[in-house]
Amino acid sequence: MKEEERKSTPPRRHGPGAPGEKPKDLSGTLKKLAVSLKGYLPIIIIALVLAAAGSVLAIIGPNKLSDLTDEITKGLVVNQKNIKLITSDIATNLNEEKLKEISMKIVVMNPLDTNDVVINNSTVSYNDRVEYTKLMQSINYKDQKSMITLFNKMPLSVKKVLLPDSMIEKIKLTTNDKIKFLNVMGNVDKNVNASTIYKKIDKLPNGIKTLVKPKMNMDKIKQIVIFMISLYLLSALFNIVQGVLLAILSNRYAKKLRSKISIKINKLSLKYFDTHTTGDILSRVTNDVDMIGMNLSQSMGTLVGATTLFIGSIIMMFVTNWIMALTAIASSLFGFAFMSVVLKRSQKYFLQRQVELGKLNGHIEEIYSNHNVVKAYNGTYDASKKFDVLNQNVYECNRKSQFLSGLMPSMMNFIGNFGYVSVCVVGAMLVIDNKISFGVIVAFMVYVRLFTSPLSQLGQTMTAVQSIAAAAERVFEFTEEVEMEDESKLTGKLNPKKVKGNIEFRHVKFGYNDDKVIIKDFNCLIKPGQKVAIVGPTGAGKTTMVNLLMKFYNIKDGDILIDRVSTKNLKRENIHDLFIMVLQDTWLFDGTIKENVKYNKAKVSDKEIEKALQTVGIDHFVKSLPGNINYNVKNDDSISQGQKQLLTIARGMIKDAPFLILDEATSSVDTRTEELVQKAMDKLTKGRTSFIIAHRLSTIKNADLILVMNEGNIIEQGNHKELMKQNGFYADLYNSQFKN
Amino acid sequence: MLKLLKVFKKKECLIILLVIALIAFGVFLDLKIPDYMSSITRLVQTEGTKIIDVLKEGSKMIVCAFGSLLSMVIVGYMTSYLSATFSKKTRKKLFEKVQCFSMSEIKKFRTSSLITRTTNDITNIQMFISMGLQMMIKAPITAVWAIFKISGKNYQWSYATFAAVVFLLFIIIILMKTVLPKFKIMQKLIDNLNEKTRENLNGIRVVRAFNAEKYQEKKFENANDELTKTQEFTQKMMSIMSPSMYLTMNMLTLSIYVIGAFLLNNATMYDRLNIFSNMVVFSSYAIQVIMSFLMLAVIFVMYPRASVSSKRVNEVIDTDLSIIDGNVINDTKLKGEIEFKNVSFKYPDADEYVLKNISFKVNKGETLAVIGSTGSGKSTIVNLIMRFYDVTEGVILIDGIDIKEYKLEELHKKLGYVPQKAVIFDESVSYNISYGKEKVSEKDVKDAAKIAQASEFVEKMEKKYKSNVSAGGTNISGGQKQRIAIARAIAKKPEIFVFDDSFSALDYKTDYVLRKELKEKINDATNIIVAQRIGTIINADTIIVLDNGKMVGIGKHKELLKKCKVYQEIAYSQVSKEEL
Repeated sequence: MKEEERKSTPPRRHGPGAPGEKPKDLSGTLKKLAVSLKGYLPIIIIALVLAAAGSVLAIIGPNKLSDLTDEITKGLVVNQKNIKLITSDIATNLNEEKLKEISMKIVVMNPLDTNDVVINNSTVSYNDRVEYTKLMQSINYKDQKSMITLFNKMPLSVKKVLLPDSMIEKIKLTTNDKIKFLNVMGNVDKNVNASTIYKKIDKLPNGIKTLVKPKMNMDKIKQIVIFMISLYLLSALFNIVQGVLLAILSNRYAKKLRSKISIKINKLSLKYFDTHTTGDILSRVTNDVDMIGMNLSQSMGTLVGATTLFIGSIIMMFVTNWIMALTAIASSLFGFAFMSVVLKRSQKYFLQRQVELGKLNGHIEEIYSNHNVVKAYNGTYDASKKFDVLNQNVYECNRKSQFLSGLMPSMMNFIGNFGYVSVCVVGAMLVIDNKISFGVIVAFMVYVRLFTSPLSQLGQTMTAVQSIAAAAERVFEFTEEVEMEDESKLTGKLNPKKVKGNIEFRHVKFGYNDDKVIIKDFNCLIKPGQKVAIVGPTGAGKTTMVNLLMKFYNIKDGDILIDRVSTKNLKRENIHDLFIMVLQDTWLFDGTIKENVKYNKAKVSDKEIEKALQTVGIDHFVKSLPGNINYNVKNDDSISQGQKQLLTIARGMIKDAPFLILDEATSSVDTRTEELVQKAMDKLTKGRTSFIIAHRLSTIKNADLILVMNEGNIIEQGNHKELMKQNGFYADLYNSQFKN
Repeated sequence: MLKLLKVFKKKECLIILLVIALIAFGVFLDLKIPDYMSSITRLVQTEGTKIIDVLKEGSKMIVCAFGSLLSMVIVGYMTSYLSATFSKKTRKKLFEKVQCFSMSEIKKFRTSSLITRTTNDITNIQMFISMGLQMMIKAPITAVWAIFKISGKNYQWSYATFAAVVFLLFIIIILMKTVLPKFKIMQKLIDNLNEKTRENLNGIRVVRAFNAEKYQEKKFENANDELTKTQEFTQKMMSIMSPSMYLTMNMLTLSIYVIGAFLLNNATMYDRLNIFSNMVVFSSYAIQVIMSFLMLAVIFVMYPRASVSSKRVNEVIDTDLSIIDGNVINDTKLKGEIEFKNVSFKYPDADEYVLKNISFKVNKGETLAVIGSTGSGKSTIVNLIMRFYDVTEGVILIDGIDIKEYKLEELHKKLGYVPQKAVIFDESVSYNISYGKEKVSEKDVKDAAKIAQASEFVEKMEKKYKSNVSAGGTNISGGQKQRIAIARAIAKKPEIFVFDDSFSALDYKTDYVLRKELKEKINDATNIIVAQRIGTIINADTIIVLDNGKMVGIGKHKELLKKCKVYQEIAYSQVSKEEL
């Protein structure tokens, strides 16, 4: 269980958003990435154009919003023009000259003159004239206030003469309206604040109110609103389409990469797997590709969108007002300088965290996998102590990296607010100097936010790009690995049905590394139908022989011939078709017994499978399982190591081929069962050449030929009897089992 | 998930309270900012405003913003402390729990899954806490506060905000309904893809030998397809989310302005100014409300993953231990006596017995061998002695005391165990040999290595006993690993050696010499040897023959050869009659 589970340990996954390792060659990898994305060019272009367009719309938005604000603010500004018109209308009638002119007609100079006077359609009665005359005695043309008081005391008829009905802007103003206006507005100080004035305006008669009241251009507002709605809808649409396109792109691309790796696995020489762990390759398929897939769609969109937004907002700011633009940039730059420091430090901790997490993971894996020994040796204290140290290290990095990266949004918020205030203050100065309108400030309030958000997005995207590059580098490293030799030009071909079974090793020389030769000079001729056993101590090169025979590795020197045909001239696929191979590793995959035994052979009936199971003597066991041959082997408690081995032998039996290789295939099976299996095998391989590698010498006693290997060479050969007679290495090995 | 938060002690709870207070304070300041904004707006707008007034309001606003920044920085510091502490403590708890596990619990979870739970799953929850905790506190406070601030201002605007919130909730609910189930199966699909790749990699030689490359690739493609489809779907759905959120926000602002325009148009002059400044304030508060709902949405997105993870973690922590520690620690008078009394065993949840009615007794210094066919229950006997599992029926006595009564630690002190598959730690040779013992001298290590036939190859290594060995490494072979594992048991100087088929990986010669040395140098220890080779056990004092969990023979080699059929079969399958 331990070994299998060790291998099944999923490699640690990078935490979301955590940067991977720093790539060695950032630009090179990115170039490769770009090249491999070429197939998706149309999607990319559309998506990027949409992203840019979306950003442009986002820039237009605030501009329009400020227009809208301007329009609405018009609703706050009193119609000064009309006020002036009314005032001047009143003023032309109510000045010294005019009064004097009227006085000539109305003032009672002669007590006998008791007539009514008609001026401007208004009849001023005698009594009124007398009153007016009285009032005019105390007139002071210089004092406006007293003038108004005086005016208020005048009889209505006189008032009508002084302020006759008139039309302003097509609205009729009656004398009463004007009187009210005069009373409300007449004694207004210049320094009184707006709300008092507005309160006063509310008291004005309707006619004047309609003239004076601020007017919004509702049509224009409607226009802007409709424009903005379509703008928002359009930009949302752009963003959705862009997001969906990039999601499709990144997922298809990730899928392609995964497939590429999967196919590549089967194209690599076995040598590669000697130096790379399963976990490492697994991590490339899932973690690294995931990292690319997750970040690609986001960072591509943001990169283009944010850059457009960034450049666009700078342009718009400078176009609108350069002083304000400089203010906005300067006030945010200070923040970004701080932020980049934070980013750099947090990245360091993120990286360190991954490293520490890896160490912890390693320790946990070791302790969990070796649980039985840890317990049996009371190693738990030691394990806990080590765990605490590593856990503490992870904790420190966790805390620091998280704290630093958590600063970002709050910092951003502050920078936004700071920029806002700076823009407002500088803007206010400019407004007071009458250099800009209020709308410009409103626009800048938004520009500041527009300007700061892409910068932080770009900062984050940069980290994402870095982790993409790191992950892509690992993926490309794998997919660009040197493949096995191309064999399409090889012409030799052996038909598995017609092969006789001759195998010859001629001066075979081989080493896994160039500097270390394992097989020095191997010579051997195997006749058809022979049962050949290879024995020898560990490291003698037994399994290597099998590897060479199967052409898993290419030999350095010499030749191996099957039926006189050099394997150098045969395709690997062809050679594999000739061999049934059963290994010590009981390799079963997640699937039913049937699927595992049948494996990739196309047409296999249930009967054939049952027969194979019967032959290896596991049929009774399989029948006792729920579902029989449809039992899923991954629920493994119920299947022992030995039984698994028998299943793999059954798999070999289903495949029909002229040669048989058993590489320690029965080492976990007890000797009795092994005997049964061997008998079945003998039947199966009658007339076929077979190779058996075994530690247990009883397994191979009846072999036609026993090759005793030591340090890469055959040191003895012959059958059991002959070798025992020789009393050499083999006899020594064999006899040691009885010594006590 | 709440259950997991119990690792927080008083100190952490106090910090959480402080965090809540600080966040509330921060929100309070944040929500003051729109007020200053509007007063700045008004100031800028009215003629004759002096710069000093704008500066005054502006500096007040910056003080607020800075105060909010400061409190959020402290909150960030505290939450990072909380989340890191959480993961540290929970991980520790989990690790210690797994250490207490017996084999059956480990098998139930599978080692790989336990590892993922200890690292990946806890990291997931930690991420959720570090981001979610702040949002979870901040979102409702902001929402309630902002709603409180704008409530009663104007019902038309409130309606618009309400409509926007409802719309947002609608989108969130729809997305959650469609995306969440997919998120849940995603982890499984990734596992599946991993499994398929692992399958190909682990069986690479078989795959090639069977020319099954295409077959494997097809399997992989199926898994790949499924995963890609699911991921693409969720990503597509999620890419709708953020634009529609922004659309809602923009539309809300716009409608507040439009409503404002109509209100202004119909209002008296005096009301107009109020309406206008209210409008500006309202729109910024409304955005805060929307934002807080967005935060909630983010939590909803993050929650399922963290919830799945915390379920997985809880599963481990809540597992009842099947092996309960005893309390006998006093030294027994007897040393190295072991007795099985009618022992039967079956795996939990299984129907069939693996061992049935086994009884035997081994005295101090004797050797007991267990032999039998594949699946006959040999290793189970060892697992029961080691108390990796508890017997289902019967009792096992060591030195006259039921092993269930021993403190596990004491029991294990008596036993020198060597498993079938050699266990090597990624450390030095000397660490590996002296593993688990408190005081082991250099000489002890060397002596143990010598008996275990390991000294020869260790001496040849570059740094000798200081050389690093690794389980996956190629610097030592399987047989050499096994010898180091045996040396580990020897260095422990136990009362009883338990060899679980530990000699199969050795060639006959080494096997023989090792056993000879063992017998000569350590003659007072009891030996339990599980073996497959007749040669290994031929001289044992007692041999037990197992067949299908039943003891079909007990005695010495010669006796068994005469009367035990199963033993005969095993023996003759290995060596001929004449040789015996």
